[in-house]
Amino acid sequence: MKPGRLYRVACLAFGAALIASGAAMAKDEPKRGGILKFVVPDEPPSFDGHKETTFALIHPIAPFYSVLIRVDPDNPASLTDFVCDLCTEMPKPTDDGKTYTFKIRKDVKFHDGTPLTAKDVLASYQRIIFPPPGVSSGRKSQYPMVESVTSPDDETVVFKLKYPSGAFIPAVASPYNFIYSKAKLDKDQKWYESNVMGSGPFIFDKREAGARITGKRNPDYYRKGLPYLDGFEAIFAKKQSLRVQAIRGDQAAIEFRGFPPKSRDDLVKALGKDITVQESDWNCGLTLTPNHEKKPFDDPRVRRALTLALDRWGGSKDLSKIAIMKSVGGIVFPGHPLGMDKAELEKVAGYWPDIEKSRAEAKRLLKEAGVTHLKFTMLNRNVDQPYTIAGTWMIDQFKKIGIEASQRSEPGGQWFAGLRNGDFEVGITANCQSIVNPLLDVSTYLSSKRSSQQYGRFDDPDLDKIYDKMASSGDVAEQKKLMTQFQKRVLDEQAHNFQVMWWYRIVPYRSYVKGWKISPSHYLNQDLSGVWIDRDS
Amino acid sequence: MLQYVIKRLLLMIPTLFGAAVLVFFLMRAIPGDICYLRMAGGGGTVDLDVVKQCHIDLGLDRPLLVQFWEFVSGFAIGDFGKSMWTGQPIFDEVALRFQLSLQIAIMATLVSILIAIPLGTLSAVKQDTWVDYAVRTFSIAGIAMPSFWLGILIILGILIISKSWFGESWMPPITYRPLWVDPWYNLSMLIWPALATGYRYSAVATRMTRSAVLEVLREDYVRTARAKGVFETLVIRRHALRNALLPVITVIGIEFAFLIGGLVVTEQVFNLNGIGKLFVESVSNHDYNMTQSLVMLVVAIFALTNFLVDIFYAWLDPRIRFVR
Repeated sequence: MKPGRLYRVACLAFGAALIASGAAMAKDEPKRGGILKFVVPDEPPSFDGHKETTFALIHPIAPFYSVLIRVDPDNPASLTDFVCDLCTEMPKPTDDGKTYTFKIRKDVKFHDGTPLTAKDVLASYQRIIFPPPGVSSGRKSQYPMVESVTSPDDETVVFKLKYPSGAFIPAVASPYNFIYSKAKLDKDQKWYESNVMGSGPFIFDKREAGARITGKRNPDYYRKGLPYLDGFEAIFAKKQSLRVQAIRGDQAAIEFRGFPPKSRDDLVKALGKDITVQESDWNCGLTLTPNHEKKPFDDPRVRRALTLALDRWGGSKDLSKIAIMKSVGGIVFPGHPLGMDKAELEKVAGYWPDIEKSRAEAKRLLKEAGVTHLKFTMLNRNVDQPYTIAGTWMIDQFKKIGIEASQRSEPGGQWFAGLRNGDFEVGITANCQSIVNPLLDVSTYLSSKRSSQQYGRFDDPDLDKIYDKMASSGDVAEQKKLMTQFQKRVLDEQAHNFQVMWWYRIVPYRSYVKGWKISPSHYLNQDLSGVWIDRDS
Repeated sequence: MLQYVIKRLLLMIPTLFGAAVLVFFLMRAIPGDICYLRMAGGGGTVDLDVVKQCHIDLGLDRPLLVQFWEFVSGFAIGDFGKSMWTGQPIFDEVALRFQLSLQIAIMATLVSILIAIPLGTLSAVKQDTWVDYAVRTFSIAGIAMPSFWLGILIILGILIISKSWFGESWMPPITYRPLWVDPWYNLSMLIWPALATGYRYSAVATRMTRSAVLEVLREDYVRTARAKGVFETLVIRRHALRNALLPVITVIGIEFAFLIGGLVVTEQVFNLNGIGKLFVESVSNHDYNMTQSLVMLVVAIFALTNFLVDIFYAWLDPRIRFVR
């Protein structure tokens, strides 16, 4: 069979599988029992959600914990819907948007039988936002707006803000914000690094170093009737081909992070109706970062020429066939109310609909800057999806305006070291976030003295001013206006950093897995309480 | 003999110390930082205070020589410390993986011996016949074919064959259960990597057996045995093969030691939670403590295997132990 025909057959089968699964999902009644086996590409370094930043912690550990609020499990695709997990109702801000009062459920118990109260929520958030000396909090920097957290009684937690902020609620909904037992924390702030004891739908069973983590149903879970599964087994498997084969050979039912299009097509072709696929835009962006300290990238005209060379609209169609990249967008996640729509985006350099005009302008800018025969190397991560594939695509794009680019792919450690030390001309980086929270997410583009993740090594006080005004504004319309200004400055006027493309999440899984809904982040909606197994369907 | 054994044991100390110096300083020469990797692995934001605290927690803020002394003195008393990545005791992290790696090494070595010795001998006895050519082709294919590639072929073959025969794709288990807990499950998981690896290593041993047997077959005492009218099978088994085994044992011994920690890619292909996989992960995670401990473990295994091979040599050939 010719590759083109093979692809069409795979697409048809995939479409049929999607439709079939959609129809099936509508009529399915949850069933109880069974062990869900899933593969995880990495092993979490520790068990402490407050400390770690990898999704490898979320997939096997999140089912053991409850959180204060979370994305709506019934509609995880929504970028703005947050619902209570431990609280009784989503609070309305008071005090001009500076106070949030959460009421905590009274029927929640930790897995050791002790009741969970507001004091536990308070202890957990104080550890996250104001960690005591010697304690690492991976997301402390996401709460610059919080002035204090208090708990006047066992049912109430109050967050007082320094200024009203639209970034607050999404930050509280971080899937890493596990609620820990105050009693355990009082005894040892690091107890949770090597122990698990939460109040979530599953109880920790065991960890086999490097191999798996298993959990069993929590019979006293406060959401009656849940979870459906008897337990789960998270199997660590580093190699992608093995994870695909594991699903094919039914050694695992799902991998929640996602696979490239080719693996989806292979699985659909091999398993037909036994495989279901869910897809979504992905809150991970691939960015190109010129090092402003290296000539000629200190010249905005040269940087602008680079972004003008990229045919994002055309590239999206081609790359989405082979890589986990698809969505074209600015630095705000596509579809978010604070982001730019297509019409606005098409006015920004690098997003013009006419690529020939764009490239002509790029050549003109290079000539004006006196840069002829530009040659540079991009520092990249030696991971195929999507880093090196995107790097190869960009080399071809740059060639079209006469730039001779190459890529130097390094292992994770060396890649980070190169970015941090400024040992690169142009860097290919990625920014993966859990909750879509543009007001916080774009802070990585601030001046280098304010953002440790800004590898371009530039300072732009005007950009910082726009950000500060936006972050402290309580008015959504004003925020949107300022965010557009911010994006134009980063992407176009100064061309500090370029969003190459957003990732695209493809999760093919065994059709007997029911009740799981994809979200725009592989960190979200992973407590597994609503997932069930139906091998008869 | 005792003096010889003590001398060989003492020689292991400078070897281990040299390895300790090399691994400690080479690891620190690799660019990268475990704290950055851990805190910003997904490409998210990282707080510099958190990185600083991480360095303090892991003891990376102390002078290098202090860290080196702690590593060497700990190793001397058998205290490997904790993994910098997981915070768990290294002994616990390695123990589970070691039994799997050891089992694979033993099984692969058995496969290798079962293939190499009969085929190598047959090839030598039937020199320059079609049998010899077939065996040599088989063994060259084994050398040429990487065992991880053979592993991938085996997995795909199992998936395809099981689907066409039974209607359902089956693949070997990807999580480990010890042999004494569930023998059938254990073997259905480990037989495939043992075959893939054993075949690869049998190739070298087959060729070594062939050339050693050929050499011995030309010796005077073999001609004498034949002249005395001893049956050919006895000549081969008792006179030729026994004397040809010395170099083959060396090769198999070194391969066995290598198999404990060297099955890096094969372990990834079959998702074996072994020492090789841990090795790669610890290097890429910049987990100095774990990498140092694993290197020392593998060096110790190599040194011990060499020691045992030397002792075996000395036992087989008394002349060796008297050489000064």
